[in-house]
Amino acid sequence: MTASTIELAVREQDRRVATYAAAAVGLTLAEAVIPLPIPGIKPGLANIVTLLVLVLFGWRMAAWVSLLRVVAGALLLGNFLTPAFVLSLSGTLASLITLALFRSLYPAFLGLVGLSVLAAFAHVGAQLMVVDLWLMPGVSLLPLAPLFLAAAWVTGLVNGLVAVRLLADAARGRVEDAPRTNAERVQRGLAP
Amino acid sequence: MNGLSTALGHALRAAASLRWLGWGDGLVLVLGLLAVMVVARIGAGGGDDRVLIWQAGQVYAEASLRVNRLIEVPGPLGVTLVEIRDGQVRVRADPGYHQLCVRQGWLAPGETALCLPNRVSVQRGASAYDSLNY
Repeated sequence: MTASTIELAVREQDRRVATYAAAAVGLTLAEAVIPLPIPGIKPGLANIVTLLVLVLFGWRMAAWVSLLRVVAGALLLGNFLTPAFVLSLSGTLASLITLALFRSLYPAFLGLVGLSVLAAFAHVGAQLMVVDLWLMPGVSLLPLAPLFLAAAWVTGLVNGLVAVRLLADAARGRVEDAPRTNAERVQRGLAP
Repeated sequence: MNGLSTALGHALRAAASLRWLGWGDGLVLVLGLLAVMVVARIGAGGGDDRVLIWQAGQVYAEASLRVNRLIEVPGPLGVTLVEIRDGQVRVRADPGYHQLCVRQGWLAPGETALCLPNRVSVQRGASAYDSLNY
């Protein structure tokens, strides 16, 4: 076999993104097989990974991880470029923008739970908007909105609490290559 | 429901005592819950989401208020145009002389618009098949 002439330099950071994105894809696939009573309501477990990466490695890494997760998850589930994929992507983008806006409040004013709930609301809000404007124009979604928002509140809370718990593990050194102290975070350019 | 909210309260207090929740998180949770309740309040239309259109004493169409559409109802004078938009219904155009049903505007829940010359009536919040009408 001829050696490839294209040399792709893989950095430490790339490996980290790939690792966490793989974890997120795993969670996406796992929750896809859980039967849920109402279509469209999912626990969104992959967002736990996004939250952890956000506070451990910064927003850019979190954006990479969650967008890779959306694309790879869609390819594996077979709904790439379908309306379901567009909904997933729009929700994720809205969550990422929300996280970018509120990130500076962490950890002084807002914990992971708060960030998680805000991101979940943004996720559902963007999806409802896409459905209203593009998928089902003319159909009033108002009677359904509280159901989805309440689900976002619950899943945001639960995912946030799980992320807090996992972050405590990371601080005790149980998460590989995660910065343990704030000094370490500053050294790696992850915290101001 | 009450037991559930009590259990949720206990869990949240436990989380707060473990420093898993800061006051900012509590604020987000409370505001989020309020937002959900406000949206639920606005969204609940009291269940009267049907529109019943009669023509010459017979049910011409039964429609949902949730789907925007224009319905043309033919009568002896011409076509009466019924418009359903954003959860509301009105008679948009009518060939009758006085235009009473058009000037009535958007119908309140339970209200009926009568376009007598064209023998059309539009009723908001009723089903064609209740126990009296069936």
